Amino acid sequence: MRQVTTILISMDSNSLLSGAKEYEELLKSLINDHNMSDLIQVIETGTYGIYGKGVVLQILPDNVYYVVNSSKDVLKIFEEHLLKGREVVNLTIDLKRLKLSKVHETKETRIVLRNAGSIDPSNIEEYIARDGYAALANVLKMKPDEVIQPIKDSGLRGRGGAGFPTGLKWEMTKNSKSNKKYVLCNADEGEPGTFKDRLILEGDPYSILEAMTIAGYAIGSDTGYIYIRGEYYESIERIQKAIETAEKIGLLGENILGSDFSFKISVRPGAGAYVVGDETALMESLEGKPGRPRMKPPYPTEHGLFGKPTLINNVETLANIPWIILNGAEAFRSYGTEDSPGTKVFSLVGNVVNRGVVELEMGTTLKEILYGFGGGVANGKSLKMIQTGGTAGTFVKPDKLDIPMSYESIKDGISLGSGAILVIDDTNCAVDLAKKAAKFYMHESCGKCTPCREGTRMIYKILDDISKGKGKTEQLDQIQEISKRIVDTAFCPLGQFINLPLLSIYENFKDEFIAHIGAKECPVGICEFEKPHIKKVKIKR
Amino acid sequence: MKFTMNEIQQLKARVEEIKTQKMESGDELLMALHTAQELFNNSIPIKAAEVISEVLKVKMNRVYELATFYSMYSTRPRGKHLIRFCESLPCHVVGGREVTEALKKILGVKVGETTKDGLFTLETSSCLGLCGVGPVMMIDGEAYGNLTPDRVKEIIDSYRGEK
Repeated sequence: MRQVTTILISMDSNSLLSGAKEYEELLKSLINDHNMSDLIQVIETGTYGIYGKGVVLQILPDNVYYVVNSSKDVLKIFEEHLLKGREVVNLTIDLKRLKLSKVHETKETRIVLRNAGSIDPSNIEEYIARDGYAALANVLKMKPDEVIQPIKDSGLRGRGGAGFPTGLKWEMTKNSKSNKKYVLCNADEGEPGTFKDRLILEGDPYSILEAMTIAGYAIGSDTGYIYIRGEYYESIERIQKAIETAEKIGLLGENILGSDFSFKISVRPGAGAYVVGDETALMESLEGKPGRPRMKPPYPTEHGLFGKPTLINNVETLANIPWIILNGAEAFRSYGTEDSPGTKVFSLVGNVVNRGVVELEMGTTLKEILYGFGGGVANGKSLKMIQTGGTAGTFVKPDKLDIPMSYESIKDGISLGSGAILVIDDTNCAVDLAKKAAKFYMHESCGKCTPCREGTRMIYKILDDISKGKGKTEQLDQIQEISKRIVDTAFCPLGQFINLPLLSIYENFKDEFIAHIGAKECPVGICEFEKPHIKKVKIKR
Repeated sequence: MKFTMNEIQQLKARVEEIKTQKMESGDELLMALHTAQELFNNSIPIKAAEVISEVLKVKMNRVYELATFYSMYSTRPRGKHLIRFCESLPCHVVGGREVTEALKKILGVKVGETTKDGLFTLETSSCLGLCGVGPVMMIDGEAYGNLTPDRVKEIIDSYRGEK
């Protein structure tokens, strides 16, 4: 018998940290103690993407959302809502209100996150019930070219940051002649401030497996790999389980859905290297080598993993595929802008009221994201700057909030990158932030090419000096000088785009950098200046 | 570092198991190194590297190259618990700065060092992908979010208590 009431509780990594597991156990024991297990079932689901406020749970069929912060809250909801049937008004949240900006009516559009937070990610039946694997079933009746055509027409571009047209990548890999090809899913999500792929992997794992299988059919490959970063224990486990289930019911493995097509997928963990997010470095790593980028060309579409033609796509890119197959390129193009159709999953982090993940149309402005979804700057502080696109992205001043976010926005000095939006309030110091960013680069430079390895170290040293009150005026020019040299001469994108963060923060906050030089203390009060060294003078008597 | 023959045998068995998951030569190597770390207290001692080299038939220098390139691995002994604290900007601006200082003070070590009692090694990580609840740290496989200096002290004390 199916229970009357269902409680969906967010159980992704972020919610787990807020105590989701304990709340779930408490709920279950309460239900047990009251002999109500025949009436109420508790299901773990992905997340709606709201954090910082507590754990979200949904009660069905009443369709009420609660945010809980303590066992007391859980107890109250159990006693009031489940036993007595009264809503606990002060704990409910109105998701619509959270996600609709009053001014701009920013509607969240869920293509990529269509299932996250709504289904039990470990249950393949729930995925199938929401049109899961319908796209694959259609695809297996088509010719490979017919599969690729809608992807090309949709104008979908790589969501990992580079924005290469996905359909073209598929076609190029399909056209490469080889007896062996690979489909590779880049789940090495390491761009600081980005946690959207994690949400997809943990909240809707089957969508990735389905998309990879479709890709395998389209390009003529029988083997796929998902490379997940080593720190994502939860994601690795869920994908692994999903693969096993899909194999069991014939949606992976030999003769999928009774066709001639066979496809297998394996998971491989990373081991902690940011540069492996680069596609060729990721291939090196998967081959059991240090993750250093390769020379291009040859491109992975001809000469990729183990020297074979390889289609490599980001998690978010792949999550779009089944939707496009089912709904068509036209429908996809009805969202977003001319050059950037579709949606983007933004990760909103930093000094903002509602931290979380939100999927919005391409072309949504920063203002809408920050105030519409994010609820503004936290703790009543004022906005100093925003960094878009992750640590490798640009710092922008509040006067640029009206620029729409898409691949084209780089023309206006805003990078879309991975979709991370880091909100920074006025208690932060530009020099301190620049120093942190430089330290990140120094640490993550793989060491393959000299300009990046040595240059990032030199920039860090300069910023460290400035932050300690030991900076000199000529060092300011050196920051620009060295950054530009790295951009011109570095081997891979890690160094080639170092100007985006380092020069944008320097140029936007030049005054603050200058104010650190020759000063007695940090003008913002963040950097700790070294006390001047006072020589002890022996006094002769 | 001391370890028993039993651990070596265990590693051998686990690596043999991993070998069966191999689809192409090399794609099993990182998994083997992760397993070694699990069994040998968060690090890869030379004995463990030898086992991997032997069972998977790769040269020792290759195993060492990997063990030293990737930040999750260490060839130097680490403490019983490995603390990875996120020092990226998203955690930094929401109080990470204060939490780092608190961690160093509570543990009495700098980043990269191990406490004298051998209980903790403090390392930093670029991003743990838990930015929704930053500042964040992971202790072994367990993650902790919304950290404050007080909360850090509680957490560390709880680990010290179970010693």
